[in-house]
Amino acid sequence: MEFQIIWFILWGLLWAVYFALDGFDFGAGILYPFIAKDEMDKKAVIHAIGPVWNGNEVWLITAGGATFAAFPTTYAYMFSYLYTPLLIILFALILRGVAVEFRPKAVTDTQKKLWDIGIFLGSLIPSLLFGVAFGNIFMGLKFDDSGYYGTLFSLLNPYGLLVGLLFLFTFIVHGGLWISLKVQDTLAEKAMARAKKFWYLQAICAVLFLILTAVFTNLYDNFLKLPFWFAVPALAVTCLLVTGFYIMKNKRGRAFISSALFIISLVFSGVIGLYPNLIPSSIDSKYSLTLFNSSSSPYTLKIMTIVIIIFVPIVLFYQAWTYKTFMYKITEKELKEEGY
Amino acid sequence: MDTVLLSRLQFAATAAFHFIFVPLTLGLSILVAYMETKYVRTGDKDYLRMAKFWGRLFVINFALGVVTGITMEFQFGMNWAEYSRYVGDIFGSPLAIEATVAFFLESTFLGVWIFGWNKISPKLHALSIWLVALATNLSALWILIANGWMQHPVGYVINNNRAEMVDFWAVVTNAYGLLKFAHTVLSGWVVAGFFVLGISAYHLLNKNETEFFKKCLKIGAIFALVSSILVAAVGDFHAKEVAHTQPTKLAAMESLWNTTTDAPMYLLLIPDPENEKNSVEAIGIPSMLSILAGKKEIKGLKEFSPSERPPVTLTFVSFRLMVGLGFLFILLTLLVLIKFRYIENSTIFLKLLLWSIPLPYIAGQLGWIVAEVGRQPWIVYGLLKTTDAVSKAVEPSQVLASLIGFTVFYGALGIIDIYLLAKYARKGPEPKEV
Repeated sequence: MEFQIIWFILWGLLWAVYFALDGFDFGAGILYPFIAKDEMDKKAVIHAIGPVWNGNEVWLITAGGATFAAFPTTYAYMFSYLYTPLLIILFALILRGVAVEFRPKAVTDTQKKLWDIGIFLGSLIPSLLFGVAFGNIFMGLKFDDSGYYGTLFSLLNPYGLLVGLLFLFTFIVHGGLWISLKVQDTLAEKAMARAKKFWYLQAICAVLFLILTAVFTNLYDNFLKLPFWFAVPALAVTCLLVTGFYIMKNKRGRAFISSALFIISLVFSGVIGLYPNLIPSSIDSKYSLTLFNSSSSPYTLKIMTIVIIIFVPIVLFYQAWTYKTFMYKITEKELKEEGY
Repeated sequence: MDTVLLSRLQFAATAAFHFIFVPLTLGLSILVAYMETKYVRTGDKDYLRMAKFWGRLFVINFALGVVTGITMEFQFGMNWAEYSRYVGDIFGSPLAIEATVAFFLESTFLGVWIFGWNKISPKLHALSIWLVALATNLSALWILIANGWMQHPVGYVINNNRAEMVDFWAVVTNAYGLLKFAHTVLSGWVVAGFFVLGISAYHLLNKNETEFFKKCLKIGAIFALVSSILVAAVGDFHAKEVAHTQPTKLAAMESLWNTTTDAPMYLLLIPDPENEKNSVEAIGIPSMLSILAGKKEIKGLKEFSPSERPPVTLTFVSFRLMVGLGFLFILLTLLVLIKFRYIENSTIFLKLLLWSIPLPYIAGQLGWIVAEVGRQPWIVYGLLKTTDAVSKAVEPSQVLASLIGFTVFYGALGIIDIYLLAKYARKGPEPKEV
């Protein structure tokens, strides 16, 4: 029993860390064509995410793998019900990865332009669709014993799209702040200016999200039952305000950290609201996939808990070391010596 | 076409495409790590140029290996939901462990390696590519433990209408999975050895940096020779394990229809599955099949109902070609070492080496055809049929659309990748500093 709850928390944690890390890669990729005008600027933005994006993406692979190992029934139905949107996310992620790696090798203007579009779309589409997917999960998917009744277009409902936009603007702010930390001068100023603009849009979406979640979902039920848990969404709101405050004060590092904390507390607000569901059924809660009816056996969960407890701290340690190693301002020196 | 067939085609296409990039990664990471270590130890700048030259090709290849790997993880749930639900309690764990233990290490330290040339000490830099090499080979271990379980399920009980793990250690030490791991990883090292041989041969043909590329050629040849011999040796053990655990696959590999004691091996054989016999059987080596399989009596395909037999011709031909190629690799690499001293003058042989680059790739693909087609009609041998494993919520039209999407998208990416590999392979290493 207790292992199922541990894994439910880990499930949320893996998604939260994934969005807090790859989120800024996405944001940087979305801002990239708008703020980087010449070749040097473009190289700088790509270099800003170059050493870390791939390691960040592994959190997604791990979130997927952990869902498979700990909640196989959820994994099976989540992925097959959301076939088309996941396929689009997958293609976009492939495009993003290849574009980031191969853009520096482009020679002709056409090649460069195509990879630029690849970086932009490959970052924009997952940002929006991950939000749409989670928005729909918050609402519940239309499924019962005999199958799923939704389509790609039924997922693109107002609430789903709102959460999509919340994710999108959040990642743009997050990415803008990251770029402003990593590059110099005008480019950093430009990134900061965008982060500021998009923070307002992010804040509007967050307010709408707080209100409309009460209308479209049952997420508030858990909080009303145990008001103590309101601390988590309250933390999210605080982090969002603090992010805005530091953006206005031009304290970039602090703004970035609070933006990351906002993402983590936002994901956990959703996860607490979902409990004990992983995928609620909007037809009847008796069909919902919960951490109790969709989990692996206690034996498997125990094995996986041991693995995670040993290896995730090791991963966090060396990833933190990597961030420290690459925590420098990118100058012309770095951009010139880059042979790859 | 139905969802099952389309999903199988899609899985085959995306897995085969993914496996174009994986084997080179497995072997080339080790070679680059060796070259850089040589540089750190001796200070010989040629080894630094070597690590950078082969490392650049490694990175181009790695990019596609990683992104096409995500597809594999998504597809189990997307197209094979019933499979995932039924075996996730066991199959999910090695996948999650692969990500946690291997993927993080590999992706993080490749980033460090690419961007860290002037940021960390040379020793630490060399260590980071060793960690990449360790991690890629470790990821192969976990995914092949998972695949080994599909071939020969162990350590489980059927409970709650699904397979549940009762013995993790049995799953991890499943001989089938470990043999498959050794066989697959070594075959990847052969791919990398021949990749280095072929590109070095190209530059020797063009009289470009002869001394430099002769060094590369030697490294590639020794690595490929040792790996080719080992892959054949492990293959022999692996075949015995197949004979022991998957009688239908073994019978299909050898196109054996009737149960035979002291079964001979026919060097020339043409299967005729429609009439459940072979139309040609010639040049038999007495008892050879029984010896190789490590069993006196070999069960023939007729022991099993036609619905439980894999496609015979495809399995048989793939197996024969793979084995033939395996022996060719040993021969070719031996010749490189024998002719090494004046090899830059043997134009024809160098051309042969250049044109041999695709052969180990083909052998690897054939090996996977034997493994996966030979397992049919089972997705988990003896436990779950492929037809029962497919997603119920997915329409054939969805799979058809995604299959077309994958074909077009992957096709374009494949062309771009080969173009870039060829471009940077031709370009050669950075010129020597004067």
